[in-house]
Amino acid sequence: MDGATLVIGLAGVLTAAAPLVVATIGETFAERAGVINLSVNGTILLSAMGSFVVAVSTGSLVLAFIAGALIGALVALIVAFGSITLRQSQVAIGFVLTLFCRDLSYFLGNPFMGEKGPMLSVHPIPLLEDIPVLGTMFFKQDVMTYFSFVLIAGAWWWIFRTRPGLVLRAVGERPEAAFARGARVKLVRYAYTTLGGALVGLAGPMYSLSVKAGWKGTISGLDGLGWIVLAIVIFGAWNPVRVALGAYLFGLLQWLSVVLQPHLQGIPSQVLQVAPFPLMILTLLFVNIGNAEWVERVLAALPERPRKAVARAIRALRVVQPRSLGVPFEQD
Amino acid sequence: MPERQPLPSRPAPSSRRRFGRRTWTDLGLQSGALVLAFLLTSVILLVAGAPPFQAYVEIAKGAAASFTDISNVLVAWVPLLLASAGVLVTFAAGLWNIGVEGQIVLGAVLTTWVLRLLQDTSLPPAFIVVLAIIAGIVGGALWAALAGILKTFGGVNEIFGGLGLNFVATALTLWLIFGPWKRPGIGSMSGTEPFPEQLGLPTVGGERLSLWSLGLGIVAVIAVYVLLERTHVGLRLKAVGLNQRAAFLLGVPTWQYALLAFLLCGGLAGLAGAVQVTGVYHRLIPSISSGYGFLGLMIGMLIAYKAIWVAPVALFFAALNIGSIQLPIVLKLDSTLSGVLQGALVLFVLLVEGARQRYSRRAPSTMVAGPVPGTSPPDDVGAV
Repeated sequence: MDGATLVIGLAGVLTAAAPLVVATIGETFAERAGVINLSVNGTILLSAMGSFVVAVSTGSLVLAFIAGALIGALVALIVAFGSITLRQSQVAIGFVLTLFCRDLSYFLGNPFMGEKGPMLSVHPIPLLEDIPVLGTMFFKQDVMTYFSFVLIAGAWWWIFRTRPGLVLRAVGERPEAAFARGARVKLVRYAYTTLGGALVGLAGPMYSLSVKAGWKGTISGLDGLGWIVLAIVIFGAWNPVRVALGAYLFGLLQWLSVVLQPHLQGIPSQVLQVAPFPLMILTLLFVNIGNAEWVERVLAALPERPRKAVARAIRALRVVQPRSLGVPFEQD
Repeated sequence: MPERQPLPSRPAPSSRRRFGRRTWTDLGLQSGALVLAFLLTSVILLVAGAPPFQAYVEIAKGAAASFTDISNVLVAWVPLLLASAGVLVTFAAGLWNIGVEGQIVLGAVLTTWVLRLLQDTSLPPAFIVVLAIIAGIVGGALWAALAGILKTFGGVNEIFGGLGLNFVATALTLWLIFGPWKRPGIGSMSGTEPFPEQLGLPTVGGERLSLWSLGLGIVAVIAVYVLLERTHVGLRLKAVGLNQRAAFLLGVPTWQYALLAFLLCGGLAGLAGAVQVTGVYHRLIPSISSGYGFLGLMIGMLIAYKAIWVAPVALFFAALNIGSIQLPIVLKLDSTLSGVLQGALVLFVLLVEGARQRYSRRAPSTMVAGPVPGTSPPDDVGAV
């Protein structure tokens, strides 16, 4: 593979991972506020189908993306209402919605299967696109990929460098304390769950109008991505930058599996397609194992030298979730 | 290790008073949820440009118009019974065993493996089938144990561990069907070479229904009901599910019980997979689990984790699934309509139950096993 092909390939990875970046950062916002929106998988399918239909029938990409965001926000609102106002299990509501939205997208999308829709076009940024290597990778992309770049920095700045971001983190960590200091816990949770849902909803059209253009029902290849999104958020320790890195890592692996396919004769393509999932389990194992009790005991039994190295490695990988993730908040 | 305390031998009286005033209110609210679910589905049908009433009539006809239809509903009922009964055990222990799909698949894979291994030997066919079914149970249990070990020793939430394992199980099936177990000539999506008839469960009058698998399903549901409602083991499982820390302080070995729940659920799911191979398809097919595991989880939530309701609700879900198969032919609608209706139903039941707890003046009841809607989730639901 020569240099130019490699650069184009990597630029493709950035495009292909952009929906994952947007969806994972959306989910990061919701989970930072203490709400797990488990409906991601269904939401992406439903918004991919819905926005594709809007794009086909109106011809407007802008309307299509707005529709995608609205669908995501609406599903997230149901999760918020069920879990914040009605105090039902977030996992239960999210799981039901993920199946419901999936079947709904197949049902309603049936007549539009295989139709030709509009596609996002590439908008190179003048001057910047001429920078060698970086120009091709970062400045010859479509609008939504630029948006994903901006979102990473913006989300990080918002969460860690602004006052509302501080409130957001407080609501997810210690809602009682935040409430005592005047934060409107339930409102904050509603707001970020809905915002996060809207971002997850944007991922749908990013697939159906760009990365995996079209709507092909059950063989659209979108089923399962939402679960990867949820896993990447854990891998990224609820930090937008690390989360985005996780999404790019995943995109890179998928690209490699395509590139390497000809060299891996004998392994059926179906197996390569699911390769990310055992990797997901292993990754989660690496980042979580530091939290298991027996690890401490085993570490204590090790001799001094390897213990320090192992302990450092485990600590570096380990993630600790927002303290009140999934826990309903009672104002009184 | 803290001093072992005796546990109360039966649940609080509130859960035993089955037909008090509460029950009637509950029934009313649940019918309300049913009506809402049908309303939403009707709106969706109108959006799709289809006549709602006719669609429901077609589903009903598809499920009960002939003996073949009814027997097909019962054929779908069996794996649903097994999967729902299984997830009730893990729900009782406060676990979200989303890996139940993969456990069904592994049950089917191991069953197929034993059948392939022994089909050319001189062993009596009935004996081979029994061995194969046992292998299926073991396969499901082992796959569940993997999710359980990842959870208890690796800190990997069972939702993600289970999901990942589901995809791995599917890949394994595809690899087997297109690789080592492919049909003579070329592997295809239609599955492995069918087994001879004597290596399957005996069926009723030319239909796919087997009384043996029906019996296994019913026995499993009764066994799970007895386990959860009438035994100490069941009580301890629920204790672990309601409050892991308190259960541990009362002397319940918590991680062992969590693993036991996984093993039991996986065994039942594996049995479902074994039944699909020996009783229905007589071979391994790519989509051998048919989504029955996820449906089992939905049924578990719909019935608020009460084993007594498994059989009727599973029958209703099976009827919806079978009834909607002919929708594409008669109304040009996608058969996923059944999933839409089932999802809407569970969603509204959860929301209506939440609304009841939120707006009723009485204190919400607390003594129900499992991750009860409305109470705070078990210690680590959502811990990831």
